[in-house]
Amino acid sequence: MFHQIMNIISLWTLPLILILILTLGLVKKVPLYEVFTDGAKEGFKVAVNIIPYLVAIIVGISMFRASGIIEAIGQLLTPLLSHFNVSADVIPIMIVRSLSGSAALGVFSDIAHNSGPDAYTTKLAAVMVGSSETTFYILAVYFGAVGISKFRYALIAGLLADFIGIVAAILVCNYMF
Amino acid sequence: MNYIFYILITISIIAGVVNGKLPDVVNAILTGAELSVKVAFSLIGIMAFWLGMMKIAKKCGLIKIIAKIIKPITKRLFNEIPEDSPAIGDIAMSFSANALGLANAATPIGIKAMEELQKQNIDKKSASNAMCMFLAMSTAGFQLIPATVISVLISIGYKNPTEIIAPTLLVTTIAFLSAITIAKIFQKIWAPQKETIYNNEKYNQGGEI
Repeated sequence: MFHQIMNIISLWTLPLILILILTLGLVKKVPLYEVFTDGAKEGFKVAVNIIPYLVAIIVGISMFRASGIIEAIGQLLTPLLSHFNVSADVIPIMIVRSLSGSAALGVFSDIAHNSGPDAYTTKLAAVMVGSSETTFYILAVYFGAVGISKFRYALIAGLLADFIGIVAAILVCNYMF
Repeated sequence: MNYIFYILITISIIAGVVNGKLPDVVNAILTGAELSVKVAFSLIGIMAFWLGMMKIAKKCGLIKIIAKIIKPITKRLFNEIPEDSPAIGDIAMSFSANALGLANAATPIGIKAMEELQKQNIDKKSASNAMCMFLAMSTAGFQLIPATVISVLISIGYKNPTEIIAPTLLVTTIAFLSAITIAKIFQKIWAPQKETIYNNEKYNQGGEI
């Protein structure tokens, strides 16, 4: 039941928002087509603007992932984290989820398929992936679009919050499952 | 960021040598560069669509209404930008999109909000406190329903995939509130921005600050 309600919500949110914007625009006599295309013009420019920032960060992260260092860190952390019911499979997610969203989702799919639906590991991995955004990607795209190259404390704050999220995920899952 | 960039690449090369994965690391340069352009280009269409929609939403006053509703919160979080700034409405829209799981819409709208914040920034190369706050909040990724994760769980035959919603929501809320708190603390202790010569010149010419 709850599941069906959720499906309806996620299916209808977007169409309803569009209807709301367009109807309100029509009522207020906004020239819809003209204003839409005028705003949409920016799309190409913004996308091209972020390329240099994306290249710097995505190449760096791709090299980092290819170097095998994430596995090495994982091995170092395994003994410590096994105290908290965290299996070695989940550790790559903890490291990778701030770096690459698609990679984190890939690791999560692997865990889900290998450990099966009843495993605690699957649940923990699901919560960890579901509760986070890819910090480095957001940073590159948002700041890249406006040409900010000095992040000040933005990255540290984002990563600290990610870390707190990981700890919270471990504690919450230990308690609930 | 200079150090992070340096460390990311140097450590990758060193670790690649140690682990015998140097060819992979070198290959990653090409695949990473290709991926960056793919990501950027895949954004063009959806970015254009949402920037167009946002412009209509702005013209018909919808964004102003939303901004007014959440004013009590944003006033405290973004104390350095004027209350009636268009950035407030964009920030609100970006969070609504994120919370509702409309990831495709959240990125273009988030960029739009950044552009508005940049207009009030005194140093165009460095991030203002408001920008750092907005970024920290965005990276915490507050989301009501983790749709992608649930679809993976359904695909492996997970009996009750909705049971992960509550713990995920709790964790994401904790991370979100931590991000705000951390950004607020850093705002107090981090060296403030300096107004740049470039901006001063612009100011003297009577241009936009």
